[in-house]
Amino acid sequence: MNFDKNTSKSKQNKIIRYLYRVTIFFLVLTGFGNMPIFKRYYIADIPGLGWLAEYYVTLYIHYLFAILLIGIISYLIIEYLLTKRKSIKITLSGYIRGSVVAGLLITGILLVIRNHEISGFAPGFIIFLYLCHLTLVMVLIMAGLYSIIFKKKWYYRFR
Amino acid sequence: MKNKISRRSFLKGTMATACALAAAGIPASAAGAAGKEQLATLLDIRKCIGCEACVEACKEVNGQKFPDPKKPFPKMYPDRVPVMDWSDKQDVTDRLTPYNWLFIQHANVKINGDETELTIPRRCMHCVNPPCVKLCPWGSAKLLENGISRIDPELCLGGAKCKAVCPWHIPERQTGVGLYLDMLPSMAGNGVMYKCDRCYNRIAEGELPACIEACPEDVQTIGPRDEIIKKAHELAKEIGGYIYGEKENGGTNTIYVSPVPFEELNQAIEKGKGKPHLQTVKDSMADSNNLAVAMIIAPFAGLAAAAGKYYKMTKTGK
Repeated sequence: MNFDKNTSKSKQNKIIRYLYRVTIFFLVLTGFGNMPIFKRYYIADIPGLGWLAEYYVTLYIHYLFAILLIGIISYLIIEYLLTKRKSIKITLSGYIRGSVVAGLLITGILLVIRNHEISGFAPGFIIFLYLCHLTLVMVLIMAGLYSIIFKKKWYYRFR
Repeated sequence: MKNKISRRSFLKGTMATACALAAAGIPASAAGAAGKEQLATLLDIRKCIGCEACVEACKEVNGQKFPDPKKPFPKMYPDRVPVMDWSDKQDVTDRLTPYNWLFIQHANVKINGDETELTIPRRCMHCVNPPCVKLCPWGSAKLLENGISRIDPELCLGGAKCKAVCPWHIPERQTGVGLYLDMLPSMAGNGVMYKCDRCYNRIAEGELPACIEACPEDVQTIGPRDEIIKKAHELAKEIGGYIYGEKENGGTNTIYVSPVPFEELNQAIEKGKGKPHLQTVKDSMADSNNLAVAMIIAPFAGLAAAAGKYYKMTKTGK
Protein backbone atom coordinates (compact mmCIF):
# COMPACT_ATOMS: atom_id res chain seq x y z
CA MET A 1 0.00 0.00 0.00
CA ASN A 2 1.36 3.39 -0.88
CA PHE A 3 0.58 6.28 1.40
CA ASP A 4 0.39 9.85 0.27
CA LYS A 5 2.11 11.79 3.00
CA ASN A 6 0.74 15.02 1.64
CA THR A 7 -2.76 14.69 2.95
CA SER A 8 -4.66 17.11 0.79
CA LYS A 9 -7.32 18.74 2.83
CA SER A 10 -10.76 19.42 1.45
CA LYS A 11 -12.60 22.50 2.64
CA GLN A 12 -14.89 20.40 4.79
CA ASN A 13 -11.89 18.73 6.34
CA LYS A 14 -10.35 22.11 7.14
CA ILE A 15 -13.54 23.28 8.85
CA ILE A 16 -13.66 20.18 11.02
CA ARG A 17 -10.00 20.52 11.95
CA TYR A 18 -10.46 24.17 12.85
CA LEU A 19 -13.58 23.42 14.91
CA TYR A 20 -11.81 20.60 16.69
CA ARG A 21 -8.82 22.75 17.62
CA VAL A 22 -10.98 25.63 18.84
CA THR A 23 -13.09 23.19 20.85
CA ILE A 24 -10.09 21.57 22.51
CA PHE A 25 -8.59 24.99 23.24
CA PHE A 26 -11.71 26.24 25.03
CA LEU A 27 -12.18 22.95 26.83
CA VAL A 28 -8.65 23.09 28.20
CA LEU A 29 -9.01 26.78 29.08
CA THR A 30 -12.33 26.45 30.89
CA GLY A 31 -11.23 23.13 32.36
CA PHE A 32 -8.32 24.87 34.07
CA GLY A 33 -10.71 27.68 34.93
CA ASN A 34 -12.74 25.20 36.94
CA MET A 35 -9.80 25.07 39.34
CA PRO A 36 -9.06 28.08 41.56
CA ILE A 37 -5.92 29.17 39.71
CA PHE A 38 -6.79 31.95 37.26
CA LYS A 39 -7.64 34.50 39.92
CA ARG A 40 -4.67 33.54 42.05
CA TYR A 41 -2.28 33.97 39.17
CA TYR A 42 -3.74 37.28 37.91
CA ILE A 43 -4.98 35.82 34.63
CA ALA A 44 -8.54 36.81 35.41
CA ASP A 45 -7.29 40.36 35.96
CA ILE A 46 -6.52 40.73 32.27
CA PRO A 47 -9.22 42.96 30.76
CA GLY A 48 -11.89 40.84 29.14
CA LEU A 49 -10.82 37.66 30.91
CA GLY A 50 -12.62 38.25 34.19
CA TRP A 51 -15.08 35.52 33.30
CA LEU A 52 -12.30 32.96 33.73
CA ALA A 53 -12.69 33.33 37.49
CA GLU A 54 -16.48 32.95 37.42
CA TYR A 55 -16.96 29.27 38.18
CA TYR A 56 -20.52 28.92 36.93
CA VAL A 57 -19.52 30.60 33.65
CA THR A 58 -16.47 28.39 33.06
CA LEU A 59 -18.57 25.33 33.88
CA TYR A 60 -21.29 26.30 31.41
CA ILE A 61 -18.81 27.04 28.64
CA HIS A 62 -16.97 23.81 29.38
CA TYR A 63 -20.24 21.92 28.94
CA LEU A 64 -20.99 23.81 25.71
CA PHE A 65 -17.72 22.88 24.07
CA ALA A 66 -17.98 19.35 25.41
CA ILE A 67 -21.27 19.04 23.55
CA LEU A 68 -19.57 20.31 20.41
CA LEU A 69 -16.72 17.85 20.91
CA ILE A 70 -19.13 14.93 21.27
CA GLY A 71 -20.80 15.98 18.02
CA ILE A 72 -17.48 16.35 16.18
CA ILE A 73 -16.09 13.02 17.44
CA SER A 74 -19.33 11.18 16.62
CA TYR A 75 -19.28 12.67 13.15
CA LEU A 76 -15.64 11.71 12.59
CA ILE A 77 -16.04 8.16 13.86
CA ILE A 78 -19.13 7.41 11.81
CA GLU A 79 -17.62 9.06 8.76
CA TYR A 80 -14.48 6.99 9.15
CA LEU A 81 -16.43 3.76 9.58
CA LEU A 82 -18.70 4.39 6.65
CA THR A 83 -16.45 5.97 4.09
CA LYS A 84 -12.83 6.41 4.93
CA ARG A 85 -11.63 2.95 5.91
CA LYS A 86 -10.48 2.28 2.37
CA SER A 87 -8.98 5.67 1.75
CA ILE A 88 -7.11 6.62 4.92
CA LYS A 89 -5.02 4.92 7.54
CA ILE A 90 -4.87 6.25 11.09
CA THR A 91 -1.38 6.70 12.48
CA LEU A 92 -0.07 5.61 15.88
CA SER A 93 -0.15 9.17 17.18
CA GLY A 94 -3.69 9.40 15.84
CA TYR A 95 -4.77 6.33 17.81
CA ILE A 96 -3.04 7.58 20.95
CA ARG A 97 -4.58 11.03 20.77
CA GLY A 98 -7.93 9.52 19.85
CA SER A 99 -7.88 7.21 22.87
CA VAL A 100 -6.96 10.07 25.18
CA VAL A 101 -9.84 12.18 23.84
CA ALA A 102 -12.14 9.18 24.24
CA GLY A 103 -10.98 8.79 27.84
CA LEU A 104 -11.57 12.47 28.48
CA LEU A 105 -15.06 12.23 27.03
CA ILE A 106 -15.94 9.19 29.12
CA THR A 107 -14.60 10.63 32.39
CA GLY A 108 -16.14 13.97 31.51
CA ILE A 109 -19.57 12.52 30.88
CA LEU A 110 -19.42 10.60 34.15
CA LEU A 111 -18.54 13.83 35.95
CA VAL A 112 -21.50 15.57 34.28
CA ILE A 113 -23.80 12.81 35.52
CA ARG A 114 -22.33 13.19 38.97
CA ASN A 115 -23.04 16.93 38.93
CA HIS A 116 -26.65 16.09 38.58
CA GLU A 117 -28.76 15.46 41.62
CA ILE A 118 -29.44 11.88 40.56
CA SER A 119 -25.96 10.44 40.90
CA GLY A 120 -24.97 8.20 43.77
CA PHE A 121 -21.30 7.76 42.95
CA ALA A 122 -18.92 6.82 45.73
CA PRO A 123 -16.58 9.66 46.82
CA GLY A 124 -13.49 7.56 46.03
CA PHE A 125 -14.72 6.98 42.50
CA ILE A 126 -15.29 10.70 42.03
CA ILE A 127 -11.72 11.53 43.05
CA PHE A 128 -10.51 8.79 40.68
CA LEU A 129 -12.55 10.38 37.86
CA TYR A 130 -11.05 13.81 38.53
CA LEU A 131 -7.51 12.44 38.64
CA CYS A 132 -8.06 10.53 35.38
CA HIS A 133 -9.61 13.55 33.73
CA LEU A 134 -6.76 15.84 34.75
CA THR A 135 -4.03 13.32 33.90
CA LEU A 136 -5.55 12.68 30.47
CA VAL A 137 -5.59 16.42 29.77
CA MET A 138 -1.87 16.61 30.57
CA VAL A 139 -1.22 13.62 28.31
CA LEU A 140 -3.26 15.20 25.52
CA ILE A 141 -1.38 18.48 25.80
CA MET A 142 1.97 16.69 25.69
CA ALA A 143 0.88 14.42 22.82
CA GLY A 144 -0.42 17.44 20.94
CA LEU A 145 2.79 19.41 21.43
CA TYR A 146 4.87 16.40 20.41
CA SER A 147 2.76 15.94 17.29
CA ILE A 148 3.09 19.59 16.35
CA ILE A 149 6.84 19.70 16.92
CA PHE A 150 7.58 16.43 15.15
CA LYS A 151 4.87 16.91 12.51
CA LYS A 152 2.95 13.75 13.39
CA LYS A 153 -0.36 13.39 11.57
CA TRP A 154 -3.64 11.81 12.57
CA TYR A 155 -3.85 9.83 9.33
CA TYR A 156 -2.33 9.16 5.90
CA ARG A 157 -4.24 9.03 2.66
CA PHE A 158 -3.90 5.99 0.38
CA ARG A 159 -2.59 6.86 -3.08
CA MET B 1 -13.53 5.22 -8.12
CA LYS B 2 -17.05 4.70 -6.91
CA ASN B 3 -17.61 4.66 -3.17
CA LYS B 4 -20.20 2.05 -2.34
CA ILE B 5 -21.30 0.88 1.06
CA SER B 6 -19.46 -2.31 1.79
CA ARG B 7 -21.27 -4.82 4.00
CA ARG B 8 -18.55 -4.45 6.58
CA SER B 9 -18.80 -0.66 6.67
CA PHE B 10 -22.56 -0.83 6.99
CA LEU B 11 -22.40 -3.26 9.91
CA LYS B 12 -19.76 -1.22 11.66
CA GLY B 13 -21.75 1.95 11.15
CA THR B 14 -24.84 0.34 12.64
CA MET B 15 -22.90 -0.96 15.62
CA ALA B 16 -21.59 2.51 16.30
CA THR B 17 -25.13 3.86 16.18
CA ALA B 18 -26.26 1.22 18.60
CA CYS B 19 -23.43 2.16 20.96
CA ALA B 20 -24.42 5.82 20.76
CA LEU B 21 -27.97 4.86 21.64
CA ALA B 22 -26.81 2.73 24.55
CA ALA B 23 -24.53 5.47 25.81
CA ALA B 24 -27.43 7.89 25.76
CA GLY B 25 -29.27 5.48 28.04
CA ILE B 26 -26.67 5.69 30.83
CA PRO B 27 -28.00 8.87 32.46
CA ALA B 28 -31.47 7.35 32.65
CA SER B 29 -30.27 4.22 34.42
CA ALA B 30 -28.15 6.23 36.84
CA ALA B 31 -31.32 7.96 37.96
CA GLY B 32 -32.27 4.88 39.90
CA ALA B 33 -29.11 5.08 41.99
CA ALA B 34 -30.17 8.16 43.98
CA GLY B 35 -33.39 8.74 45.84
CA LYS B 36 -32.08 7.55 49.19
CA GLU B 37 -33.66 9.10 52.22
CA GLN B 38 -32.12 12.46 53.05
CA LEU B 39 -32.18 13.89 56.57
CA ALA B 40 -33.47 17.41 56.97
CA THR B 41 -33.71 19.77 59.94
CA LEU B 42 -36.62 22.03 60.73
CA LEU B 43 -35.82 25.21 62.67
CA ASP B 44 -38.70 27.06 64.31
CA ILE B 45 -37.25 30.55 64.66
CA ARG B 46 -39.97 31.69 67.07
CA LYS B 47 -38.62 29.34 69.71
CA CYS B 48 -34.99 30.45 69.52
CA ILE B 49 -33.93 32.65 72.46
CA GLY B 50 -30.37 33.22 71.27
CA CYS B 51 -28.82 31.50 74.29
CA GLU B 52 -26.03 30.07 72.11
CA ALA B 53 -26.19 26.67 73.81
CA CYS B 54 -26.10 25.16 70.32
CA VAL B 55 -23.01 27.20 69.41
CA GLU B 56 -21.15 26.05 72.53
CA ALA B 57 -22.23 22.43 72.08
CA CYS B 58 -21.05 22.47 68.46
CA LYS B 59 -17.64 23.79 69.51
CA GLU B 60 -17.30 21.29 72.30
CA VAL B 61 -18.37 18.24 70.33
CA ASN B 62 -16.49 19.09 67.15
CA GLY B 63 -13.40 20.44 68.88
CA GLN B 64 -11.35 17.42 67.91
CA LYS B 65 -12.04 18.19 64.25
CA PHE B 66 -10.78 21.77 64.48
CA PRO B 67 -7.56 22.67 62.68
CA ASP B 68 -4.28 22.82 64.56
CA PRO B 69 -1.98 24.82 62.30
CA LYS B 70 1.77 24.97 62.77
CA LYS B 71 3.32 28.37 62.39
CA PRO B 72 4.98 30.01 60.61
CA PHE B 73 2.92 29.20 57.52
CA PRO B 74 4.89 28.52 54.33
CA LYS B 75 4.94 31.64 52.18
CA MET B 76 2.49 31.47 49.31
CA TYR B 77 2.93 33.04 45.87
CA PRO B 78 1.79 35.37 44.51
CA ASP B 79 1.37 37.94 47.29
CA ARG B 80 -2.35 38.31 46.76
CA VAL B 81 -3.06 34.79 48.11
CA PRO B 82 -5.06 35.44 51.29
CA VAL B 83 -3.75 33.97 54.51
CA MET B 84 -6.75 33.07 56.65
CA ASP B 85 -5.70 32.50 60.21
CA TRP B 86 -8.35 32.04 62.88
CA SER B 87 -6.22 29.97 65.23
CA ASP B 88 -5.75 32.93 67.59
CA LYS B 89 -9.43 33.87 67.37
CA GLN B 90 -11.07 30.60 68.22
CA ASP B 91 -13.51 32.26 70.60
CA VAL B 92 -15.22 34.29 67.90
CA THR B 93 -18.88 33.25 67.81
CA ASP B 94 -20.57 36.11 66.00
CA ARG B 95 -19.77 34.70 62.55
CA LEU B 96 -18.73 31.49 60.83
CA THR B 97 -15.04 30.63 61.12
CA PRO B 98 -13.03 27.40 60.82
CA TYR B 99 -13.53 27.08 64.59
CA ASN B 100 -17.15 28.18 64.70
CA TRP B 101 -19.46 26.27 62.45
CA LEU B 102 -22.75 27.62 63.81
CA PHE B 103 -23.66 31.10 64.99
CA ILE B 104 -26.70 33.10 65.97
CA GLN B 105 -27.94 35.85 63.70
CA HIS B 106 -30.00 38.66 65.24
CA ALA B 107 -32.86 40.42 63.49
CA ASN B 108 -34.94 43.28 64.90
CA VAL B 109 -38.34 43.04 63.28
CA LYS B 110 -41.93 44.08 63.94
CA ILE B 111 -44.48 41.37 64.68
CA ASN B 112 -48.03 42.68 64.95
CA GLY B 113 -46.66 46.16 65.43
CA ASP B 114 -44.33 45.17 68.30
CA GLU B 115 -40.58 45.43 67.99
CA THR B 116 -39.13 41.96 68.54
CA GLU B 117 -35.69 40.48 68.22
CA LEU B 118 -35.63 37.19 66.37
CA THR B 119 -32.55 35.00 66.66
CA ILE B 120 -31.65 32.54 63.95
CA PRO B 121 -29.07 29.72 64.19
CA ARG B 122 -27.10 29.77 60.93
CA ARG B 123 -24.81 27.18 59.42
CA CYS B 124 -24.35 25.19 56.23
CA MET B 125 -27.71 24.55 54.58
CA HIS B 126 -26.78 21.00 53.44
CA CYS B 127 -28.21 21.41 49.98
CA VAL B 128 -29.86 18.53 48.18
CA ASN B 129 -27.53 19.05 45.20
CA PRO B 130 -24.66 20.89 46.89
CA PRO B 131 -22.43 22.91 44.55
CA CYS B 132 -19.63 22.76 47.13
CA VAL B 133 -19.52 18.99 46.71
CA LYS B 134 -20.26 18.80 43.02
CA LEU B 135 -17.88 21.53 41.89
CA CYS B 136 -14.89 20.86 44.12
CA PRO B 137 -12.17 20.28 41.49
CA TRP B 138 -10.54 17.68 43.65
CA GLY B 139 -13.43 15.70 45.07
CA SER B 140 -12.59 16.48 48.68
CA ALA B 141 -16.13 17.54 49.53
CA LYS B 142 -18.46 14.59 49.85
CA LEU B 143 -22.18 14.08 49.81
CA LEU B 144 -23.30 11.38 52.18
CA GLU B 145 -26.32 9.23 51.46
CA ASN B 146 -28.30 10.97 54.19
CA GLY B 147 -27.84 14.35 52.51
CA ILE B 148 -25.03 15.63 54.69
CA SER B 149 -22.31 17.46 52.79
CA ARG B 150 -18.93 17.24 54.38
CA ILE B 151 -15.48 18.52 53.45
CA ASP B 152 -12.82 15.91 54.08
CA PRO B 153 -10.00 17.74 55.92
CA GLU B 154 -7.46 15.16 54.82
CA LEU B 155 -8.07 15.80 51.13
CA CYS B 156 -9.05 19.47 50.98
CA LEU B 157 -6.39 21.77 49.56
CA GLY B 158 -8.09 24.98 50.65
CA GLY B 159 -8.76 26.25 47.12
CA ALA B 160 -12.01 27.83 48.36
CA LYS B 161 -13.92 27.20 45.16
CA CYS B 162 -16.58 25.65 47.40
CA LYS B 163 -16.92 28.95 49.22
CA ALA B 164 -17.23 30.85 45.96
CA VAL B 165 -19.88 28.58 44.45
CA CYS B 166 -21.89 28.23 47.67
CA PRO B 167 -24.75 30.74 47.42
CA TRP B 168 -24.21 31.54 51.11
CA HIS B 169 -20.40 31.36 50.99
CA ILE B 170 -20.40 29.10 54.04
CA PRO B 171 -17.06 27.22 54.06
CA GLU B 172 -14.31 29.01 55.98
CA ARG B 173 -10.61 28.53 55.34
CA GLN B 174 -7.81 27.98 57.81
CA THR B 175 -4.35 28.36 56.31
CA GLY B 176 -1.48 26.18 57.40
CA VAL B 177 -3.13 22.79 57.68
CA GLY B 178 -3.83 19.96 55.31
CA LEU B 179 -2.55 18.11 52.31
CA TYR B 180 -1.26 21.17 50.47
CA LEU B 181 1.64 21.36 52.90
CA ASP B 182 2.90 18.02 51.57
CA MET B 183 2.61 19.06 47.93
CA LEU B 184 3.73 22.45 46.72
CA PRO B 185 2.59 24.82 49.46
CA SER B 186 4.05 27.94 47.92
CA MET B 187 2.29 27.54 44.59
CA ALA B 188 -0.88 25.51 45.11
CA GLY B 189 -3.44 25.19 47.86
CA ASN B 190 -3.96 27.32 50.92
CA GLY B 191 -5.17 25.26 53.88
CA VAL B 192 -8.42 23.46 54.53
CA MET B 193 -12.06 24.56 54.38
CA TYR B 194 -14.30 23.99 57.39
CA LYS B 195 -18.06 24.01 57.87
CA CYS B 196 -20.86 22.26 59.68
CA ASP B 197 -20.85 18.54 58.93
CA ARG B 198 -24.08 17.97 60.83
CA CYS B 199 -22.19 15.79 63.29
CA TYR B 200 -22.11 13.06 60.66
CA ASN B 201 -20.21 10.74 63.01
CA ARG B 202 -22.86 11.14 65.74
CA ILE B 203 -25.66 10.56 63.26
CA ALA B 204 -23.90 7.42 62.05
CA GLU B 205 -24.13 6.14 65.63
CA GLY B 206 -27.79 7.00 65.93
CA GLU B 207 -27.21 10.14 68.01
CA LEU B 208 -28.47 13.64 67.37
CA PRO B 209 -26.28 16.46 66.10
CA ALA B 210 -24.87 18.35 69.11
CA CYS B 211 -26.76 21.58 68.38
CA ILE B 212 -30.10 19.81 68.32
CA GLU B 213 -29.44 17.90 71.52
CA ALA B 214 -28.21 20.96 73.40
CA CYS B 215 -31.08 23.27 72.53
CA PRO B 216 -33.18 23.98 75.65
CA GLU B 217 -36.07 25.29 73.56
CA ASP B 218 -36.34 22.45 70.99
CA VAL B 219 -35.86 24.86 68.13
CA GLN B 220 -34.67 22.08 65.84
CA THR B 221 -36.33 18.89 64.67
CA ILE B 222 -34.51 16.37 62.50
CA GLY B 223 -36.06 13.69 60.36
CA PRO B 224 -36.57 12.39 56.82
CA ARG B 225 -36.80 15.27 54.36
CA ASP B 226 -40.34 14.60 53.18
CA GLU B 227 -41.63 14.54 56.73
CA ILE B 228 -39.77 17.67 57.72
CA ILE B 229 -41.08 19.59 54.72
CA LYS B 230 -44.58 18.47 55.55
CA LYS B 231 -44.12 19.61 59.17
CA ALA B 232 -42.71 22.92 57.98
CA HIS B 233 -45.76 23.57 55.85
CA GLU B 234 -48.10 22.60 58.66
CA LEU B 235 -46.29 24.89 61.07
CA ALA B 236 -46.16 27.77 58.62
CA LYS B 237 -49.87 27.40 57.97
CA GLU B 238 -50.60 27.28 61.71
CA ILE B 239 -48.72 30.47 62.53
CA GLY B 240 -49.26 32.28 59.24
CA GLY B 241 -45.53 32.02 58.75
CA TYR B 242 -42.94 31.65 56.02
CA ILE B 243 -40.50 28.98 54.92
CA TYR B 244 -36.86 29.27 53.85
CA GLY B 245 -34.60 26.51 52.60
CA GLU B 246 -37.13 24.27 50.95
CA LYS B 247 -36.60 25.56 47.43
CA GLU B 248 -33.47 27.65 47.81
CA ASN B 249 -30.62 26.52 45.56
CA GLY B 250 -32.80 23.76 44.18
CA GLY B 251 -33.67 22.55 47.69
CA THR B 252 -31.75 22.27 50.96
CA ASN B 253 -32.05 20.08 54.03
CA THR B 254 -32.29 23.05 56.40
CA ILE B 255 -35.83 24.35 56.63
CA TYR B 256 -36.47 27.55 58.56
CA VAL B 257 -39.97 28.61 59.58
CA SER B 258 -40.43 32.24 60.56
CA PRO B 259 -43.41 34.38 61.63
CA VAL B 260 -41.97 37.18 59.52
CA PRO B 261 -41.21 37.14 55.77
CA PHE B 262 -37.62 36.22 55.02
CA GLU B 263 -37.15 39.32 52.86
CA GLU B 264 -37.73 41.32 56.03
CA LEU B 265 -35.38 39.12 58.04
CA ASN B 266 -32.76 39.45 55.34
CA GLN B 267 -32.97 43.25 55.58
CA ALA B 268 -32.70 43.10 59.36
CA ILE B 269 -29.72 40.80 59.77
CA GLU B 270 -26.08 41.78 59.60
CA LYS B 271 -24.63 40.23 56.47
CA GLY B 272 -21.04 39.96 55.38
CA LYS B 273 -18.02 37.72 55.70
CA GLY B 274 -19.00 34.65 57.65
CA LYS B 275 -22.52 36.05 58.01
CA PRO B 276 -24.76 34.49 55.36
CA HIS B 277 -27.84 36.16 53.91
CA LEU B 278 -31.44 34.99 53.77
CA GLN B 279 -32.20 35.91 50.16
CA THR B 280 -34.03 33.68 47.74
CA VAL B 281 -31.54 31.60 45.81
CA LYS B 282 -32.22 30.01 42.47
CA ASP B 283 -30.83 26.57 41.70
CA SER B 284 -27.21 27.37 40.90
CA MET B 285 -26.58 24.03 39.22
CA ALA B 286 -29.68 24.27 37.01
CA ASP B 287 -28.15 26.04 34.00
CA SER B 288 -25.37 23.55 33.46
CA ASN B 289 -27.49 20.53 34.36
CA ASN B 290 -30.08 21.60 31.80
CA LEU B 291 -27.36 22.11 29.21
CA ALA B 292 -26.06 18.64 29.98
CA VAL B 293 -29.22 17.18 28.48
CA ALA B 294 -27.92 18.37 25.11
CA MET B 295 -25.03 15.94 25.54
CA ILE B 296 -27.48 13.14 24.88
CA ILE B 297 -28.49 14.70 21.60
CA ALA B 298 -24.94 15.53 20.50
CA PRO B 299 -23.85 12.04 19.33
CA PHE B 300 -27.00 11.79 17.23
CA ALA B 301 -26.31 15.13 15.63
CA GLY B 302 -22.81 13.98 14.68
CA LEU B 303 -24.17 10.70 13.47
CA ALA B 304 -26.82 12.37 11.36
CA ALA B 305 -24.26 14.70 9.80
CA ALA B 306 -21.97 11.81 8.90
CA ALA B 307 -24.80 9.66 7.63
CA GLY B 308 -26.07 12.56 5.56
CA LYS B 309 -22.69 13.12 3.98
CA TYR B 310 -22.35 9.43 3.33
CA TYR B 311 -25.76 9.18 1.71
CA LYS B 312 -24.88 12.09 -0.52
CA MET B 313 -21.61 10.40 -1.47
CA THR B 314 -23.23 7.14 -2.50
CA LYS B 315 -25.90 8.97 -4.46
CA THR B 316 -23.47 11.08 -6.43
CA GLY B 317 -21.04 8.19 -6.81
CA LYS B 318 -18.06 10.17 -5.48
